[in-house]
Amino acid sequence: MEIPYTVEARPDTGLYNAKVGIWLFLASEVMLFGGLFSAFVLLRVGAEPGTWPHGWQNIVLGTINTIVLALSAITTLMAWVACKVRDFGKFKFFHACTLLLALTFLCIKFVEYSEHLNHYEITLANGDIYDGDMVSNDPTQDHVVIRGRKDQILKNGEPDLYDLRAQKDIPESEITIPRSQISQMDNYGPWHNNYLALYYTLTGLHAMHILGGSIVIGYLWGPGRKLWKKDPERFTNRVEVSGLFWHFVDLVWIFLFPVLYLT
Amino acid sequence: MDAHVEQFPPYRKSEAYDEHSHDDHGHAHHEPGFWGKFIFSTDHKVIGIQYGVTALCFLFFGLMLMLLMRWQIAHPGKPVPLIGHLLELIFQHPGMANPAAGGVISRDLYNSFGAMHGTIMVFLGIVPLAFAAFGNYVVPLMIGAPDMVFPRVNMASYQAYFLGGLVMFISFFIPGGAAQAGWTSYSPLATSIPTHGQLFWIIGMILLISSSLLGAVNFIATIIQLRAPGMTWMRMPWFVWTQFVTAFLLLLAFPPLEAAAIMQLMDNVAHTSFFLPTGLAIGGNLAHISGGGSPLLWQHLFWFLGHPEVYVLILPAMGIVCEIIANNTRKPIWGYKALVYSVLAIGFLSMIVWAHHMYMTGMGTVISTFFQATTMIISIPSVIILTCLFISLWGGSIHINTPMLFALAFLPMFGIGGLTGLPLGFNVSDIHLHDTYYVIAHFHYVVAPGTIFGLFAGVYYWYPKMTGRKMNEFWGHIHFWCSLIFMNLTFMPMFSQGMAGMLRRMADGGANYSAAVNSKAGGDVIGGLSPFIMSLHTPILWAAICLGIAQIPFIVNFFWSIGHGEKVGTNPWKSTTLEWQTPTPPPHGNFEHTPHVYRAPYEYSVPGHARDYTPQNEPEISTPAAPKIATTAH
Repeated sequence: MEIPYTVEARPDTGLYNAKVGIWLFLASEVMLFGGLFSAFVLLRVGAEPGTWPHGWQNIVLGTINTIVLALSAITTLMAWVACKVRDFGKFKFFHACTLLLALTFLCIKFVEYSEHLNHYEITLANGDIYDGDMVSNDPTQDHVVIRGRKDQILKNGEPDLYDLRAQKDIPESEITIPRSQISQMDNYGPWHNNYLALYYTLTGLHAMHILGGSIVIGYLWGPGRKLWKKDPERFTNRVEVSGLFWHFVDLVWIFLFPVLYLT
Repeated sequence: MDAHVEQFPPYRKSEAYDEHSHDDHGHAHHEPGFWGKFIFSTDHKVIGIQYGVTALCFLFFGLMLMLLMRWQIAHPGKPVPLIGHLLELIFQHPGMANPAAGGVISRDLYNSFGAMHGTIMVFLGIVPLAFAAFGNYVVPLMIGAPDMVFPRVNMASYQAYFLGGLVMFISFFIPGGAAQAGWTSYSPLATSIPTHGQLFWIIGMILLISSSLLGAVNFIATIIQLRAPGMTWMRMPWFVWTQFVTAFLLLLAFPPLEAAAIMQLMDNVAHTSFFLPTGLAIGGNLAHISGGGSPLLWQHLFWFLGHPEVYVLILPAMGIVCEIIANNTRKPIWGYKALVYSVLAIGFLSMIVWAHHMYMTGMGTVISTFFQATTMIISIPSVIILTCLFISLWGGSIHINTPMLFALAFLPMFGIGGLTGLPLGFNVSDIHLHDTYYVIAHFHYVVAPGTIFGLFAGVYYWYPKMTGRKMNEFWGHIHFWCSLIFMNLTFMPMFSQGMAGMLRRMADGGANYSAAVNSKAGGDVIGGLSPFIMSLHTPILWAAICLGIAQIPFIVNFFWSIGHGEKVGTNPWKSTTLEWQTPTPPPHGNFEHTPHVYRAPYEYSVPGHARDYTPQNEPEISTPAAPKIATTAH
């Protein structure tokens, strides 16, 4: 006996098997990201006043990435529509676009990560804090050079770098700091503070979903397309199911972008 | 074939394009080789047995860890008899202190045994056996499906489980040993212990969680999509309902723990501070961390899984007990609909009771009050279920056989476990009982003589379906009575130890603590443990050893009966449900013809019928007209 409803819908549920499966899987994904978002809420609410960073992200790059993913949602949908009307050429075109957009997203993400990891906060022995992009960190030299600025300490005792939203056109210059004066030097990795920890964990997990989705779509676009000739309906269902996953991943970004970039 | 049935598309014939179907389906004459049949099988029955055997091995391993711990509690600082030297050899690592030097279990080793006993029993023993093994083998047969809906996902689920188990098992043998922070792995303790055991634990857990997710998706989709024609929701055996709800719990409650595990992994390897508070000192020194994390966050996320997990453990066992009671009382289960709605209510409520594990964390009285209320509410559907099962016995012609004995014992044993949970659910009484042996006794009554008895019942009950032979009844009785007696002798004294104030997780069973307190006050003061309470350790140890010995008849019986058990036909228990209406063992594809379901699951002793059972797929003889099949009605 064959497993029924692999392609055609079961009459009383109106769904084929894989569609039920993917929706259930997405429900668990909601809970996975939900767990991480609830961690964001709890840590954000529990943070000491003035210690939660604002405006640390490159909003321009984030906006571009949002648009990139929104476009990829459209091309994914169009690829499925192309399958439905049995136009395989259009399918190939639209999913090639999806793959290129996914690649663009990941490249931009990589640039953002690199920028953060090259950004240092340096505390001197006398308590001054310098903050900026690393220009030269040669271990043979007795000094480091950053392009940045000295932070002002606000009335609440925290450096002003935690809220960069209102600070436009901060004058930046190359600053040379002798290593002997440095008491602590830390780049903007996940270890730097909880905001960055959440940023890397959430966007990292999201990027892994983008990668996973790209592999599936790439498989359907490449070696998996053999199925098209034999059973176009089944192939179309595969495109639809992978598209549902892709839309979910886009939707996660729609939440990540305002939470991490715009607050 | 009548018109109603034709609305269902005919099952697809073998399709050449499907690489999968070429290997596994539609070619009954094509016998896969050893690897294809046993290791990389996509047949739900083989996967069910794989799960079952692996889980039973892990249960036995967990039992052995427990015996070692009980030895250490009863005889702190004394070398373990018989296998002490073996332990010393196993845990020998060059350049490190031996945690089992001279055969004595050190405190660190005790802690890792404790943590791994819990982890193994829950995640590698009972869940895979109750949910994955029985669910895989029985659910598709019960609903008349040819297989699980995604056979290859099913195989991946088992492989992820196996890998997770392997990672957990290997962690014992790495330098520093396995995780030591309890099965709950509370941070910051879990992150502060300077060994790699916790890292293995997290990776193992992520694999196990992935396995459960794949399984859960598969189960729910199978039950929704592959019910045979006529198998309406209210005609499903209650066991299928329990598996359905269990799958939803795994699907929705496990991901937050996965999120927590990812964050603890980040704390471990990327030096984040998700769960590490500002000012954390490790070994007397301020930790080099950014701080600002929340230990409570871990507990919330952990128990968000942890409490539904309790119902993941108990619901399948209840389902098994229900099937066996209906079969052996030869009458329909009392209150089928009440059972269905209760299990759904439990499924929903179990998601909002988690923080009753956290009354002592200082999360606030308002929150405690809320969770206390939901905890009391969830006991109502649990009691309804137990009551329905008890009332089902009334007026039945009860057949006593090994599965029925275990099923009957389940009822009072789970009753004890459940009722002793109420004082823990009230936050006032919990303050006294929290983290004592009372808690240990309570949840072991739920899962050991409760769930595990249900699972034993299931093994004895469905064994003839898997092998075509019954397990030996005499040795089954021996296994049952010894297990029942020694389970109670093991766990009953722990209630009094806990109420006297003995804390769990003390490597010496409270000897140091008791000596210190008593020496100050010079007698049986509040806070110290009386000599009587301390002396209970020895009988518990002996009861536990006897409990271990009592499993030998089961193990021997299990393997011996494969070749030598009494041969039986397809339906030895004269059961009504679909899994018995197909050849034994079921062929690939399960049924020779798609079964059609005409009636409710437990039609035993229907007046006017020649036999005292009417299988679900038996058409109504008096009305030869088309049967009403509600699933196809639009």
